[in-house]
Amino acid sequence: MRELNMVKAINDALDVMLAVDPDVLIFGQDVGYFGGVFRATDGLQARHGQKRCFDTPIAESGIIATAIGMGAQGLRPVPEIQFADYILPAFDQLVSEAARLRYRSGGEFWAPITVRSPYGGGIFGGQTHSQSPEAIFAHITGLKTVIPSTPYDAKGLLIAAIECDDPVIYLEPKRLYNGPFDGHHDRQLATWAGHPGARVPEGRYTVPLGKAAIVRPGDDVTVLAYGTMVHVALAAVEETGIDAEVVDLRSIVPLDIETIVASANKTGRCVIVHEASRFGGFGGELSSLIQERCFYGLEVPIERVAGWDTPYPHAFEWDYFPGPGRVASALRRVMEND
Amino acid sequence: MAVNKPGAGKPRGNLPPLELYVPEPQFRPGDTVDYSGLVIPEAGRQPRPDEACAASETRPLCDDMIRVLDAEGRAVGPWDPALDPETLRRMLRAMALTRAFDDRMYRGQRQGKTSFYMKCTGEEATSVASAFALADDDMVFPSYRQQGILITRGFPLVEMVNQIYSNRADRLKGRQLPIMYSARDYGFFSISGNLATQYPQAVGWAMASAIKGDTRIATSFIGEGSSAEGDFHAAMTFAAVYNAPVVLNVVNNQWAISSFSGFAGGERATFAARAIGYGIAGLRVDGNDALAVYAAMQWAANRARANAGPTLIEHFTYRAEGHSTSDDPSAYRSAQEREEWPLGDPIMRLKQHLVALGEWDDERHAAMDLELAEEVKKATKEAEKNGILGHGLHHPFHTMFEDVFEELPWHLEEQAEQAIHERRIKWPSWKEFSK
Repeated sequence: MRELNMVKAINDALDVMLAVDPDVLIFGQDVGYFGGVFRATDGLQARHGQKRCFDTPIAESGIIATAIGMGAQGLRPVPEIQFADYILPAFDQLVSEAARLRYRSGGEFWAPITVRSPYGGGIFGGQTHSQSPEAIFAHITGLKTVIPSTPYDAKGLLIAAIECDDPVIYLEPKRLYNGPFDGHHDRQLATWAGHPGARVPEGRYTVPLGKAAIVRPGDDVTVLAYGTMVHVALAAVEETGIDAEVVDLRSIVPLDIETIVASANKTGRCVIVHEASRFGGFGGELSSLIQERCFYGLEVPIERVAGWDTPYPHAFEWDYFPGPGRVASALRRVMEND
Repeated sequence: MAVNKPGAGKPRGNLPPLELYVPEPQFRPGDTVDYSGLVIPEAGRQPRPDEACAASETRPLCDDMIRVLDAEGRAVGPWDPALDPETLRRMLRAMALTRAFDDRMYRGQRQGKTSFYMKCTGEEATSVASAFALADDDMVFPSYRQQGILITRGFPLVEMVNQIYSNRADRLKGRQLPIMYSARDYGFFSISGNLATQYPQAVGWAMASAIKGDTRIATSFIGEGSSAEGDFHAAMTFAAVYNAPVVLNVVNNQWAISSFSGFAGGERATFAARAIGYGIAGLRVDGNDALAVYAAMQWAANRARANAGPTLIEHFTYRAEGHSTSDDPSAYRSAQEREEWPLGDPIMRLKQHLVALGEWDDERHAAMDLELAEEVKKATKEAEKNGILGHGLHHPFHTMFEDVFEELPWHLEEQAEQAIHERRIKWPSWKEFSK
């Protein structure tokens, strides 16, 4: 089995889908000849031609709108938005159109589009290259939102997203493109080499949407995370020695409620971790769902570790980013509350 | 509270203070309307360039106005599409049917059979004549005022009324505001309430057609007010960049609810003229002249089909009625505007043309109007058997939760159960007969 980093796994998924489905096509800023600013579409235009993988004007609304029109004509577009911070000009097309098309047309039209977009911080990206907008999309009825944390999941989830006839927001944690970052920015950075999640099969396979993964079984506390925070949470668990169960949600919508509830009922304690700012973040929804369903099984209040309710700063990167230290503190707090 | 407010700028010699210009329409309620300043070019004088010409060659036509029917109702000039009398009569009939339908639905709203309606009175030519020039399988991305296209393409009136009444036969299952039709089998894309979003979608559909080597083209319609939306710019840019086989229409009916076209930039340049800056062919057409509308759409459709590129068409017309059943235009414009509108009424002008040809007369027209009113009435009665808004006959309740996604996720299943439970408490005799 070969090992791939996350960018190459994504590239591989796109390559596979271009090969197996003649209706799949890829477009966005700089994705064509150049192969994308993160190399995710490298070589695809050369292999599959300009009509399957091409550059677009710098106009996010236009990129998503044309994808919707192409979907209505029978294609299966995979548009890219260069950074999730720049998805907002397309918000009207995503919310009012892509998400609502099947519903409002009584099922006559739908938007089988997958919007790929790098997201998340930990890279000194400042305000407009670091944000995590998943909660904004989670609130939109009709959109699915997916976030991988390993190269294996990245490829399998992306293929599942492309094959899905609902519009999917596929957020790529760019901090994980080249290695499994655990938040220890002061240490030697790891690569994907040797990581079990970097073993990526050839050809087509899928990781189903709406299925979480228990990446570390445990009995004392449930940690819910996704994207980069899965690796941060694992590091924090390791450092505290607490027997935590780490759940990688993988899909925000649809959400694997069964896995979450089963884990929370088992442990009776819950820590929710995400990079996005806290107020109105997806952690609020998770916390509320667990409270509603596991109230009598909970030993202590649910903790949320999140970005602060500020725009993403540049100089204070490591004070903002919810690193392993903050997650470990939360883990200790829920355990001390015995 | 900020304490350091920016101060006033430094005085600069003798320059006057800057002034904000806020456009104001010529005529407000009670004003006498005088259209003598409006330039209406003589019919038949506009050149008809080759359909495959460079976009820049259409520049003069963006400030001119393509007109075919002259004051006597004769078809003149190079844009005369030379349609046979039978086609002209069918076109007249579709326009008259559109108006009859609007009149009846407007009354239906006033009678409380539905919540809302929007007429297209005075603009029937822009949709009906356009539809005549398109192939039936060309995809239309309409706004809410192109009902004439559905009617021309033979979409059953009963289906339209069912949608307006949100009844149990409504193919949109009571989910959509009245008139937000969707008819995939009639090449009519689902209408959205969000303005101009369909414009770049149409470009995408056309790009897909080109990517697949299809022969179908796309067309879209927005009002002049919506041309101020960012999606107008996105559509024009993408259409130009990829030479998309699309015809983009701006129906300039002078009014966007209460705002006159000046608030979309209409005082400074025609809407057709915007095409030139994008490198797209532009045509400005008398929107109340069905033959001119047909000829312009035919030119643009042929151009798109020949891979010669996209076209922007401005249809210069007048919104004769209120914006919607929720609007009273007497609050912001002079009632005389409609009476004095120098381009007349599209139905009367086509009728006059057919009469001039000796192919039509007042008696036949009157008989047609009676017949159409009867046809609409019949469709309305037929639809009422399926229910009117708020009178109980609608789709099974569970359908409210369907089609959000292809399959119902657990949270929607749960909410459907809860909502059904709440209904049973509210109305103990209620039965969910579907699920």
